[in-house]
Amino acid sequence: MNALTRRNFAAGLGGIVLSFSLAPRLAPAQERPRLPGSLDTNRMLDAWIRVGADGKVTVFTGKVELGQGIVTALAQIAAEELDVPLAQVIMVPADTGRTPNEGQTAGSQSVENSGTALRLAGAEVRAILLELAAKRFGVAVEALKVADGVITAPDGRKVNYGELAGEANLKREATAQVKAKPPVQHTIVGKPVDRLDIPAKMTGGAAFVQDLRLPGMLHGRVARPPRYGSKLESVDEAKIKAIPGVVAVVRDGSFLGVVAEREEQAIKAVTALSASAKWTAGPELPDPARLYQQLMTLKTQDKVISEKDASLPAGAKVVEATYHRPYQAHAAIAPSCAVAQVQDGKLTAWTHSQGVYPLRATLARALRMQPASIRCIHMEGAGCYGHNGADDVALDAALLARASNGRPVRVQWMRAEEFMWEPFGPAMTMQAKAALGNGRIVDWSYDVWSQSHNMRPGDPDGINLLSSWYLAEPHPPGPARQAPQPNGAGDRNAIPLYDLPRHKITHHLITEMPVRTSALRTLGAYANVFAIESFMDELAAAAGIDPIEFRLAHIKDARERAVIEAVAKAASWKPGEKGDGVRGRGIGYAKYKTTATYNAVIVEVEIDRASGKVRVPRAWTSVDAGLIINPDGLTNQIEGGIVQSTSWTLHEQVQFDRNGILSRDWKSYPILSIAEAPKVETVLINQPNQRSLGAGEASQGPTVAAIANAIANATGKRLRELPFTPERVKAALG
Amino acid sequence: MAISLKVNGATRSVEAEPDTPLLYVLRNDFELNGAKFGCGLSQCGACTVLVNGVATRSCSMPISQVGSAEVTTLEGLGTLAKPHPLQKAFIDEQAAQCGYCANGMIMTAAELLKRTPRPSDQDVRAALAGNLCRCGTHNRIVRAVLRAAQANGRT
Repeated sequence: MNALTRRNFAAGLGGIVLSFSLAPRLAPAQERPRLPGSLDTNRMLDAWIRVGADGKVTVFTGKVELGQGIVTALAQIAAEELDVPLAQVIMVPADTGRTPNEGQTAGSQSVENSGTALRLAGAEVRAILLELAAKRFGVAVEALKVADGVITAPDGRKVNYGELAGEANLKREATAQVKAKPPVQHTIVGKPVDRLDIPAKMTGGAAFVQDLRLPGMLHGRVARPPRYGSKLESVDEAKIKAIPGVVAVVRDGSFLGVVAEREEQAIKAVTALSASAKWTAGPELPDPARLYQQLMTLKTQDKVISEKDASLPAGAKVVEATYHRPYQAHAAIAPSCAVAQVQDGKLTAWTHSQGVYPLRATLARALRMQPASIRCIHMEGAGCYGHNGADDVALDAALLARASNGRPVRVQWMRAEEFMWEPFGPAMTMQAKAALGNGRIVDWSYDVWSQSHNMRPGDPDGINLLSSWYLAEPHPPGPARQAPQPNGAGDRNAIPLYDLPRHKITHHLITEMPVRTSALRTLGAYANVFAIESFMDELAAAAGIDPIEFRLAHIKDARERAVIEAVAKAASWKPGEKGDGVRGRGIGYAKYKTTATYNAVIVEVEIDRASGKVRVPRAWTSVDAGLIINPDGLTNQIEGGIVQSTSWTLHEQVQFDRNGILSRDWKSYPILSIAEAPKVETVLINQPNQRSLGAGEASQGPTVAAIANAIANATGKRLRELPFTPERVKAALG
Repeated sequence: MAISLKVNGATRSVEAEPDTPLLYVLRNDFELNGAKFGCGLSQCGACTVLVNGVATRSCSMPISQVGSAEVTTLEGLGTLAKPHPLQKAFIDEQAAQCGYCANGMIMTAAELLKRTPRPSDQDVRAALAGNLCRCGTHNRIVRAVLRAAQANGRT
C-alpha cells in the first residue's frame, strides 16, 4: 500500500499537514440530522473520499490495520460504491494530520462504523460525478452507465472520473441520502479479495513501524523499575553517558531512559543504566496462590445488569459452579515500537496505536503540549489483540525525542519489558447458580468479578500512559469505569441470550489495580462465555439432555438456532454422544458482545491421561456475520480466533509473585505452537440482507467453552479454572 | 571496527562492534526489513535468516561469528516481481494476519524444502514448531508451505 512508502514517511517530516475540511461545529447537534456510522461525527465528503485528476481515488479512514485485514475490507466497500477497480483505490489509514477521527479501532466495529461511512460517502460521490457527466453530455443521469471509473453516455461518449475531478465539489456535508448498492449488484464486496498489505510483508517491503528509518534517526530504550510503583532513588548518569554511542540520558522523576546512535549501543547502555539504578520496592502484588480470593476482597462497584422476576416452581433442582480466568497477556510477536521527532516545538509520532486521536489528546496532556502541536501517524505493528504497549512506547519515544535536538528517536521495547509492563487481560471470577425444572432453566443467577478492561488513553480524568505515572510531576491513571450494556466490558456477554424467565446478573467491577490491566481481545466475553457455556453443559448433564438440544430448547431466535444447527451438522454431532476417556467433543456458542457476530464452535479433544496434556486436533465452526464483505478475511479471523483461544485456554497465564511479574519471555509465557494447532472447518452463513457484524473477536469465547465441554465429555471431569494445563488436568483425573 | 559480511550475494562492510547481533546490522545498516526483532532470545524465530543455507536466529548471532558465510535474507530469496515459490505461496494462501512472523516461517521453510522437497503436513508442523505465530494463522502457514512444495515439484 502506498501509505507505507518512504515518500510518505518523508511527507510527515516537515510537519506538513494536508488540509481537509473539518466538520463545522457551528450548528448545534440537535439541529443536524443523525448520519449513519462514522459520518455522523465526520460529515464532510472530502474527509473520506477524494478523486484525483489521474482517476485514482484516495480513501481516508480513521481505522487502522491490526492484522485483521480491515484496510482491505474498507477499500472493497469504497471501490464497490464508487464503481472503480480496487487497484485504483489508495487507502490512507489513521493520521491526525489527514484522516477523520474515528476513535479507537476496537470492539469489532470498523466495518459497522467506518464501512458504513465509506459506503454512503462512496455512493454520494459517485452520484455527484454522474450528475456532472449528465450535464456535460446533456443527458439524464439515469441514461448513463458507469464501470471501472468510466462513465458512458447512450451515444458512446465517455468521460472518466479523473476528468471530472476538478469540477466535483466534495467540500460539502454528506447527506447520506444516496442509496448504496443492493448486495445483488456487488462485484467487489463479498469476494475473497487478496489483502493489500500481504505482498510487501512476504518480500521484505517496509510494512511496519519497526521498518521506519528516518534520516539521522537515533535509538532509545527505557530502564524500567523492578515492579509497579517503584521509585527511582539514585543512578550514576555520568557513567552511562560515557558509554560509546550514547547521545543522552534522560531522567524525569522515576522515568529513566537513554538515547544512542546505534540500536545495540542503546541496548548496552540501558542494561548498564538498569544495573546502576536503585529503586524503592513499590507495593506488593497479590499472592498468586490466593489470587481469586484476594481479588474478591478488593473494592468493587456493583451493578445488576439484568434482572427478571417470575415465579419459581417448587422442587427445582439447584446447580452451582464457580469459574476462574487468570491474567493473560497480549504477547504480540513484536514488542511495542514507536518513532518520535520533536522539531520547532512540534511533535510527530509514528505509532501502532489503535487510536491516533485519543493518543494525541493524551500525549498532549502528559507532555503539557497543545494537541495541535502533535501529529500521530499510524503505521502497523505486529498483530494487535487489544490495548498493549503501543501507546506507552509512543510517550517513551516522545520523552526521549525531546532530549535529542530534533533528531528522530526510535524506541522498541525489549521482550521482557513488553511482558512485564503491558496491561494484561484481567483475572476474573464467575459464579453461576441455576435451578432446573422439567428440563428447563427456571432460575439463573450469575456474578462476575473483574478489574477494568478499558484503561486506554483518552480518559478525561487521568493519563493512561505508563511512563506518565513515573514523571517528576506524575499524572495518575484514570479511574476504572463501567461500560454500558448491551456490549459491556468485564460483563461483556455476561447476559446470556438464552430464554431465562427468571434471572439476576451482577457485575462487580474491581476498582483497584494491583496488576495493570486493560482491553484484551473480547474483554470479558472470553471468560463469561467460558463460564456460561460450561454451565449450560453442566445443566444439560444434570437434566440428562443432550447439550445442543438443551441449548436449542432455550433459544427462539431463528438466526441463533441456525448457527448452532449448522455447526452440529458440519461436525456430524450425534445427540447424546459420549467420549471414551481420551477423546471427546464439546460445543460453545455466543453472539459476540450480544450485538455482533453469531458463532458456534465444536472441538474434539484428545487427552494424554498419563501426562494430563490436552490436544485439540479438530474444530468445526459456523458463523453468521450478516452481509459478508470478504469471505476469506472472515474465515481467517474466525479460524485465527479459534487457534488463539486454544492457546489462551491450554497454556496462558501470567506468572507473578509478590515481588513482580515473572512471565518475561516465551518460556515463562508459552503459547500454542504450529504443531499443536487444531485443523478448522468453517461454515459461513451469508445474510445479504442483514447489516455486516463485527467478527474479529467472535470465536474466542465459544472455543474455550467447547474445549472445557469436550474435556468433560471425554473424561467426565469438569475443569473450571483456566488454563487447562497438564497439572490441572492430571489433578482432575485423579 | 569494520567487518565484512556476504549478504544476498554481495559483500558489504559495516562499522560496528564484533558482538553486535547480525539482526541489527541487517536491519539498521543494510536496511533490510525481512528479518524482524521479536524476542532477542532465539525463542520466536521472527529474525530467522539463512547462514550457508542453515536457518539461523540472527538476533543471537554476533557479526564476528558470521565470517565468510553466505547470509540470505527474505529479500535475497525473491522479490515482489520475482517471488520465491514460498513467498508466492504465502501470498496466494493469504497466510498472514499481521504477517510479522512470516519472515521466520518462510526462511525456516526454505531450509526445510531444501532438505525435504516434498514434506508431509506433519513434517511442516514439526519444522515450524519453534517459530511462533500469535494471530492464529498456523494452519494457513502450513498450507502455504505445502503449496510451495507442490509448486517446486512441478518446476
